[in-house]
Amino acid sequence: MSKEEKELSKDELDIVQRIVQRMNVLVYASFFIAVVALFNIMAPDTAERWLGETEKEALPEAVVDTISDDLIENGIHIKTGLIVDDGFNQVKATCLACHSAKLVTQNRADREGWKKMIRWMQETQNLWDLGQNEDIILDYLAKNYAPEDKGRRAPLKNIEWYTLED
Amino acid sequence: MKKKRIGIHELYAKDPIEADRLLWGRESDPASRRGFLKKAGLAAMSLALGSKIVHASEMPAGLIPTLLDQPQSDFELPGKHPDLVVLNDKPWNVETPAHLLDDAITPADKFFVRNNGLVPEDIDVDAWELTIDGESIPEPITFSIAQLKELFTEHTYQLTLECGGNGRSEFNPPAKGNQWSTGAVACASWTGVRLKDVLEHCKVKSDAVYIGYYGKDVHLSRNPKKVTISRGVPIHKAMEDETLIAWAMNGEDIPVLNGHPLRLVVGGWPASVSGKWLTRISVRNIVHDGPKMEAPSYRVPKRPVAPGETVKDEDMKIIESMPVKSLITYPKTGAMVKKGQSVKLRGHAWAGDLSVKEMHISVDFGATWQKANLKSAPNRLAWQSWEASISLKEEGYYEVWAKATDEKGISQPMVVPGWNPKGYLNNATHRIALKVS
Repeated sequence: MSKEEKELSKDELDIVQRIVQRMNVLVYASFFIAVVALFNIMAPDTAERWLGETEKEALPEAVVDTISDDLIENGIHIKTGLIVDDGFNQVKATCLACHSAKLVTQNRADREGWKKMIRWMQETQNLWDLGQNEDIILDYLAKNYAPEDKGRRAPLKNIEWYTLED
Repeated sequence: MKKKRIGIHELYAKDPIEADRLLWGRESDPASRRGFLKKAGLAAMSLALGSKIVHASEMPAGLIPTLLDQPQSDFELPGKHPDLVVLNDKPWNVETPAHLLDDAITPADKFFVRNNGLVPEDIDVDAWELTIDGESIPEPITFSIAQLKELFTEHTYQLTLECGGNGRSEFNPPAKGNQWSTGAVACASWTGVRLKDVLEHCKVKSDAVYIGYYGKDVHLSRNPKKVTISRGVPIHKAMEDETLIAWAMNGEDIPVLNGHPLRLVVGGWPASVSGKWLTRISVRNIVHDGPKMEAPSYRVPKRPVAPGETVKDEDMKIIESMPVKSLITYPKTGAMVKKGQSVKLRGHAWAGDLSVKEMHISVDFGATWQKANLKSAPNRLAWQSWEASISLKEEGYYEVWAKATDEKGISQPMVVPGWNPKGYLNNATHRIALKVS
């Protein structure tokens, strides 16, 4: 399953635009391509080693991707996947003490529905009394994770098309 | 071509021991698979964690330190296929895309994970004990795994396990819980002893009504006094030949995520009755009353209800046998084929306690149905493989729908079946998309 491409953030878009504006970059680019081409012709082996597909022998680049807690992109808190809105901090501190944020983000319900889940967790799963945070949390959930009408059967979606040979 | 960036989890998924070596230069004791040999890697790992690893000598090989184990990053689980879909990581709930269930016997790495609590941390196979007790057992008896193997005859069956909530994501209004699509089902080959033989050895009394299991998984609240889940089945189901206390899946140790070293396997019923990390079975003279036996867990309304209706606890009944259902496991959805090209279709069908009598496929949204070639099951409670072939004469978008019919003549519905508060038992026909050009 391929992971979805991340959309460009505002900052990245700005950078792209600035580059496009500076059209003279093109001049350097053409020059670079010419040099590469020449190099390729003159010393193909070295060129391949330098510019070719290095992934064959390269070990996988191990990335210890400890995601920063401050990272927010397009209104999503990257580390948890939660929507950043009023009540986010209370939800993070309360709900994620026991379970994954995915249990929030994959579910949809109205205010009453979310309240039922909280009551169920309080009755059976050792969730504490949320006090004045309860309303804040419920507002957040009902607004950001509200149900959508799917009908009796939704169209197939997220299809990745590929050619099937005989 | 882009150089592939591989995250820590993918690295661990491929080969945990190699990942230890690559990332930290770590080598653990080959016999115990714990600790840090000659302290190799300990400093690197400690540095990354920013603190000393206490009890480093006990740390199992191939384990990602929890602090580095970021919940949100896209990653795979050790021992599981990288294309499984993680629905939840605390507790682990991971489903298998339909095209990865193509094998007649599901390999361990493609077997879905549905956990209610946290995986037990220190599993000692030699010290593992199973106690049989309860009102309907005269004297509690405790067995080691070695004793189970020694005292009772070993049996192997292919058994279908499907989560009661498989298909939940389609219910409208939405039902709370893990939003499974179609992938909380598998059929592996299980080896163990018959629960029946063990209960008879323990002189089970005639007043037995239900069995209830207990396992070693840790409650999410980490309260050691709280039982994560303790469900079970009526005594008649417990005493069936195919109900096993199993220690092996496909001839190997059961994956830790799936209940190693010992679990119940009760084919055809919601997989939540097949307790994992099994330590105790209570034979009850009442319907078992452990956590998640009570309404509304694993229960559906006694009578059909309108979507979104509030259903009282006393109007709910315990789910027993799972309904008739099937999957198209080949081709993978999204296939583009040529006009007139012969396309082979394959899949499996199952029907809880029953067998599947017929299998049909449709390429015109259920208007007409073509009979598929359906194999018989290798044993009771195993899914049955089917195959068919189609050739489409006109260009355009198609959906292949698969519909199984059980031995009583009951078929899968083409729309999502009766709504229920917890979103169980969605056995609507599986659909894949196909384009002809």
